[in-house]
Amino acid sequence: MKKVLVDLTIREVEQLNATCVLLLMTAESPLPAVLPGQFAELRIDGTPTVMLRRPISIHSFSPEKNEIGFLVQLVGDGTRWLGNLKAGDKVNTLLPLGNGFTLPTDKNANLLLVGGGVGSAPLYYLAEELKRGGYNFTLLIGARSAKDLYRRDAYEALGRVEYTTEDGTLGQKGYVTNHTVLGEKFTQIYTCGPKPMMLSVAKYARENNVPCEVSLENKMACGLGACLCCVEDTKEGHKCVCTDGPVFSIDELKW
Amino acid sequence: MVKTDVKIGGLNLKNPVLTASGTFGYGIEFADFVDLNKLGGFIVKGTTLNHREGNPYPRSAETPMGMLNAVGLQNKGVDYFASNIYPQLKDFDTNVIVNVSGACIEDYVACAEKVAALDKIPAIELNISCPNVKQGGMAFGVQAASAAEVVSAVRKAYPKTLIVKLSPNVTDITEIARAVEGAGADSVSLINTLLGMAIDSEKRRPLLSTITGGMSGPAVKPIALRMVWQVAKAVKIPVVGIGGITTGSDAVEFLLAGASAIEVGTANFMNPAVTGEIVDYIEDYLVRHKMNSIDELIGALEV
Ligand SMILES: Cc1cc2nc3c(=O)[nH]c(=O)nc-3n(C[C@H](O)[C@H](O)[C@H](O)COP(=O)(O)OP(=O)(O)OC[C@H]3O[C@@H](n4cnc5c(N)ncnc54)[C@H](O)[C@@H]3O)c2cc1C
Ligand SMILES: Cc1cc2nc3c(=O)[nH]c(=O)nc-3n(C[C@H](O)[C@H](O)[C@H](O)COP(=O)(O)O)c2cc1C
Ligand code: FES
Repeated sequence: MKKVLVDLTIREVEQLNATCVLLLMTAESPLPAVLPGQFAELRIDGTPTVMLRRPISIHSFSPEKNEIGFLVQLVGDGTRWLGNLKAGDKVNTLLPLGNGFTLPTDKNANLLLVGGGVGSAPLYYLAEELKRGGYNFTLLIGARSAKDLYRRDAYEALGRVEYTTEDGTLGQKGYVTNHTVLGEKFTQIYTCGPKPMMLSVAKYARENNVPCEVSLENKMACGLGACLCCVEDTKEGHKCVCTDGPVFSIDELKW
Repeated sequence: MVKTDVKIGGLNLKNPVLTASGTFGYGIEFADFVDLNKLGGFIVKGTTLNHREGNPYPRSAETPMGMLNAVGLQNKGVDYFASNIYPQLKDFDTNVIVNVSGACIEDYVACAEKVAALDKIPAIELNISCPNVKQGGMAFGVQAASAAEVVSAVRKAYPKTLIVKLSPNVTDITEIARAVEGAGADSVSLINTLLGMAIDSEKRRPLLSTITGGMSGPAVKPIALRMVWQVAKAVKIPVVGIGGITTGSDAVEFLLAGASAIEVGTANFMNPAVTGEIVDYIEDYLVRHKMNSIDELIGALEV
């Protein structure tokens, strides 16, 4: 897929809670097609401590509105800079990057999407596409507490959503892998979130013989497969998360 | 039209803008953003005789206006390059240069011989300065005698343009530059990365799997510029300037300090289109300063 370097203009910044924002952006010319699971590298300007671009997953995408959405957790100088942007501001962006999730081909597939915290960001666009394709899917989202769950209405508008919270403030109490929905029979799992969560989802998938794709978040520099900084140690040796991933089948990984 | 072409040994560059090894992949990764044929040339990833997996992750850490890397020369080996990558590169209308690394003299020589057999590769850049591999690499480049020894051996085996890439992790870089000039190098390029380190204070752990790594980016530019200036005065062969070049004016500074060409590295990560922009800037600079040829700019620092 052809990659572009484009100045995106912020349409709307929605502060979801103290540490998370939704950025909706547009461009002067039509945005290139992007796949669920792909990401972008956003340039952070005017912050002396940040030199490299920041990789952020594509959270939502609408060719009709020529709009792309990013869900950003404010963890450091780069993401905080993004969080302070206002409507009309511009962000130089490199996209689309990475491979994306493998979309199902069998209309009878029963899909499970498991997200943790802000890690569920790319699953939203995936769910949008699955809904468009008429697929049967369940979103299972875990967080520490109800207040850490973002955009619940938007997710619930796409289909079936189940929750777990560690403090029991919403959905079932505990971790995603304890949720009773896992007793159902799924044909494919997609997961994105904190590594310990993905590891336990992968373990569940293996035990139940369900194919599973995970989205990794290794430290990146170029995002283009050129610098070899972002590698994951796979069964076939070091692979670039930015180009061979960020989505991998658990069969490729050593975990 | 202003004249922007420069000569490095037997190599003719249409302009002085090259890319730094390890930061530009095999060039094609950047083809959506830069017309590769517009560049003076590009220097591909560090290539070794045999396949190397490189160092474990994490291999990079951002530092103020710079970064550390510890990739450790991950590559599939020179034979893989020759059969799988070279066919994709050979028809570009620019100079494709291979950065050659090794753990011992025999490996450097064997790798250089294999690259010499590739018609459309007019030059190699001999990396005697990689700080990220345990054996060899930088070890050759930090002593004049061992630097000269590896360069002499490769010189005998490699008939085309031989550029030798120097390490800044030395007491006197001009001494090493003179030693490799004496051993037959056609040009020296500098600087490779500076040995550095970063720590996560909360976790009390190093940020790199290798603890130390090579520092690059805008933060190293003043050091690189100083070394280029010193080396350009110390040797007769052309100098290729590297280190923190991020804008067109950075590139011009290196040319003024005496570099005949420059390489753009870490800046490609910030702006993948930057190399094309630097080519335009230099042309425009020459016009603005009423110079007919880039030769009027090289070494033109007024002190
Ligand atoms: C493919 C990919 C997709 C991503 N998608 C999203 C997304 O949709 N939304 C989002 O909010 N974030 C996402 N991230 C993570 C995001 O890139 C980092 O949080 C960001 O780079 C941190 O930058 P900073 O300057 O704010 O913080 P820094 O100052 O760089 O770091 C602050 C803290 O965050 C940690 N950190 C930095 N980078 C990462 C990382 N890649 N993974 C885990 N921890 C990290 C650091 O170790 C440090 O403790 C993604 C990362 C990748 C590789
Ligand atoms: C990720 C990365 C990988 C590198 N790999 C190589 C390499 O394989 N061989 C080499 O000679 N130099 C390598 N270098 C060093 C660069 O070519 C260059 O000398 C150095 O980064 C300084 O230039 P800069 O500040 O413009 O990046 C690498 C640098 C980086 C950042
Ligand atoms: S970030 Fe450079 S290769 Fe992946």
